[in-house]
Amino acid sequence: MCCLSKEKTARITVDADTLRSEIRDKSVRVLDIRKEEDYKQGHISGAANFPLSSLLADDSPEKVLQYTQSFGIDDETPVVVYDDTFGALASRVAWTLQYIGHEEVSLLDITYGTWKKLGLETNTESPSFSKKTHSIKLQPQILATYDYLMPAKEKGAVLIDNRERLNFLENHIPGAINIPYRMLASSQNILRSKDELRRFMQNRNISSDSEVITYCGSVGTLSGLGYYALKSIGIPNVKLYVRSFKEWKSLEKPIEKQKDANYWDLSAE
Amino acid sequence: MSKTNLSQSRPDNLPKPKIQWGRLEEAEKFAEMVKMFRQGKISRDDLRRFRLQHGAYGSRMTDDYSMIRIKIPAGEVYPEQLEKIAELSESFSIGNAHVSTRQNFQLHWVALEDVSEVMRGLAESGLTSREACGNSVRNVMCSPLAGICPDEIFDPTPYALSTAKFLLRNSMNQSLPRKFKINYTCCEKHGMARIVDVGIIPKRVEINGKMQNGFKIFLGGGLGAQSFVGHQLEEFTPEEDLLYTIIAVIRVYDRMGNRDNMARNRMRYLVNEMGWEKFQNIILKERTMVKLTQSVVIKLDLDKSPQVLRKVSVISEMPSSPPGLARWLKTNTMKQKQQGYSAAFLTLESGDVTASQLRSVADLAREFSAEGTIRNGFVQDIVFRWVRNEDLPQLYARLLNVGLANPGALTMASVVGCSGTTSCNLALTNSHRLAKEVQRKFLEMKLDEDDDLRDSTIKISGCPNSCGQHEIATIGFYGGGGRLGKDMYPLYTMQLGGRADEQSMLGITTTKVPAKRVIPAILKIIEIFKSEKRAGETLNSWIHQVIEGNGNKIKSINDIKELLKPVVMPPTIQQDEDFYIDYGNDASYHTRTGKGECAA
Repeated sequence: MCCLSKEKTARITVDADTLRSEIRDKSVRVLDIRKEEDYKQGHISGAANFPLSSLLADDSPEKVLQYTQSFGIDDETPVVVYDDTFGALASRVAWTLQYIGHEEVSLLDITYGTWKKLGLETNTESPSFSKKTHSIKLQPQILATYDYLMPAKEKGAVLIDNRERLNFLENHIPGAINIPYRMLASSQNILRSKDELRRFMQNRNISSDSEVITYCGSVGTLSGLGYYALKSIGIPNVKLYVRSFKEWKSLEKPIEKQKDANYWDLSAE
Repeated sequence: MSKTNLSQSRPDNLPKPKIQWGRLEEAEKFAEMVKMFRQGKISRDDLRRFRLQHGAYGSRMTDDYSMIRIKIPAGEVYPEQLEKIAELSESFSIGNAHVSTRQNFQLHWVALEDVSEVMRGLAESGLTSREACGNSVRNVMCSPLAGICPDEIFDPTPYALSTAKFLLRNSMNQSLPRKFKINYTCCEKHGMARIVDVGIIPKRVEINGKMQNGFKIFLGGGLGAQSFVGHQLEEFTPEEDLLYTIIAVIRVYDRMGNRDNMARNRMRYLVNEMGWEKFQNIILKERTMVKLTQSVVIKLDLDKSPQVLRKVSVISEMPSSPPGLARWLKTNTMKQKQQGYSAAFLTLESGDVTASQLRSVADLAREFSAEGTIRNGFVQDIVFRWVRNEDLPQLYARLLNVGLANPGALTMASVVGCSGTTSCNLALTNSHRLAKEVQRKFLEMKLDEDDDLRDSTIKISGCPNSCGQHEIATIGFYGGGGRLGKDMYPLYTMQLGGRADEQSMLGITTTKVPAKRVIPAILKIIEIFKSEKRAGETLNSWIHQVIEGNGNKIKSINDIKELLKPVVMPPTIQQDEDFYIDYGNDASYHTRTGKGECAA
């Protein structure tokens, strides 16, 4: 756990102007996580399309490595990831790249929708990349598996559920606390300011030396964003329970719920 | 960032909030107190007292979550405040807000740890939740028609706002025996002056040949497990005595109200136990004392600057009239006293509105309302005022797009339901959902278009406490539990004939109605009325004739009860399993309540 230098891990998000200059310098590989048909309509200039569904079809390290190499990414290539789903899909991909050992990966701090609204450069060309070689150095310290959760909790780890409040009330992993993904974004950026995010943690008496594990409903997207929110405020020991509540339920593990209240009926939808 | 700022272009003649109700320091203090509570440094009870004073209730079966009640003095909300509430709801609540019967917005199921964040956001937009709960002066209400009502003598809004401003954080009322409610209304017809602690209606009289503004003030009314209609203090209270009267009443209540018996500590019990004349005397004496001792600088900070109306420019021509327009115009709009303008009411379901709908309301207020704000109403509704008559079809079309164009707002279909078992600790039934179900049925049957039903109301509470205001409804219900053998089912008590106007009276308990028979029972009453109806009678006036023994064939409430018997008869659980399940549940009914927070 010595290899990740401070500067490299510090760049969790990249703002639009920085990314634009890096694209001009050709010093970055940009990944667009949206569906192929959306990508074809237009995307950030030079971005490669890596739809989340492709990743989810097989997210084994070997397969991820294949994709990475095919996008012309080697161990040293800085990667910036974006989506149009408040950064959650991009987070899941960024985390996966980090998991196989790619160090320099960041999230664009706005969504594609905002990028377009700002009138920034897009095009419809699909660039081609010459294949590069990338190593595999798995980073198990950022992954949590179902059997890891309860023992870690007993040792004081904080388990964070990033689903919406009503879903959390209905069922969640015992002892989890709820920080809905909607809390993480500001009106313009996929993540709020560090000050705000820090305050959310302080309000919950969570110190930055705690071990924190995030999870969400099914594939680790919302909780991927939760993961990066925590990383952005410098919490060193964060893990993603990437198989999330879907796996937990299918394994028939214990579940907690807020009983005897008809909270769903408050919804106007 | 250079290019990366999204700026929205908006008309620059929009009104800005005039009064800053919120304080950032209170949010910071709240966060501190929650941390100390979690660290075991302050007790649960102490935190509760503190929390309630800041407008955060515990939620059903848990105080790890709060309901935050955002005070909206006089019901007046600015578009940017609506957008802030929408944002706070999406970030920290459930993506919905709720309009209460006292013009507040409520956010439910907010984590205790995030209450301070919501307070922070409120303060940023000029709003507060301070003293929205607890033993304090709650939101000062004012009729949503104030200023536009054809029957009003003058606009009470500035008085309501200045009263709220004077009392908020005033040390005089931080620890009253219990909560204290003040309502201003425009006229006799459109308010609830007689069912609150202090109800105020504008009045003008001639004194020494000069017209003088003042008020009719009603004291000691209120709804609850035991309800009372308020008494008028004196024929006429001149404007300059208004604040002295309010101070006198709060001081007497603070000094003499019951602090021992939680079930008897609202001011109405004090009035009832003491007798009106004695109470009236004490108040008048106290007011003399207040007048003699208060500094001359203590007065209401009245903003009497003339209302600035913006020029609204909506393109009114539409290719064709959208479906349902005539019905909506009939049931959701009313003409203002100002020629050419109307008020348009939104029919919400039990007061619920989504965050994105709130944003639409904000946009539409900017676009369509010459005053550029909206008001929350008295029946969990939202009102656009100062809409040009010719713009109403366009407004309707836009409301249709965002699911806010339901008809029936000003009719019996506008059913009130408290939060019930969706979030309240005391609730026995899901009154919130039942109110939605009744409303849906009414709209489906187009009963909102029936003029005979228009001036009637349906209000539903989930327990005998009257948050749903069932006692002033033409047909009111409060929740409880029923039992057949060993099987429990959700059950309401029905009251008929309640009203809050000049002839204010509380509904008369008629019969018990199982939750799943509430809709059939209402429809049966309408059917009986239709067969009994004499020329010119409405459901509401007919019920009052029956109560007074002047019905046609139906001579008493008891006769109605007899006819309802087959409708309300409980089947066995084998005959009808669904009967034993409350709305919104999938398992059989059982009552569960926690500790009430109102009186803490």
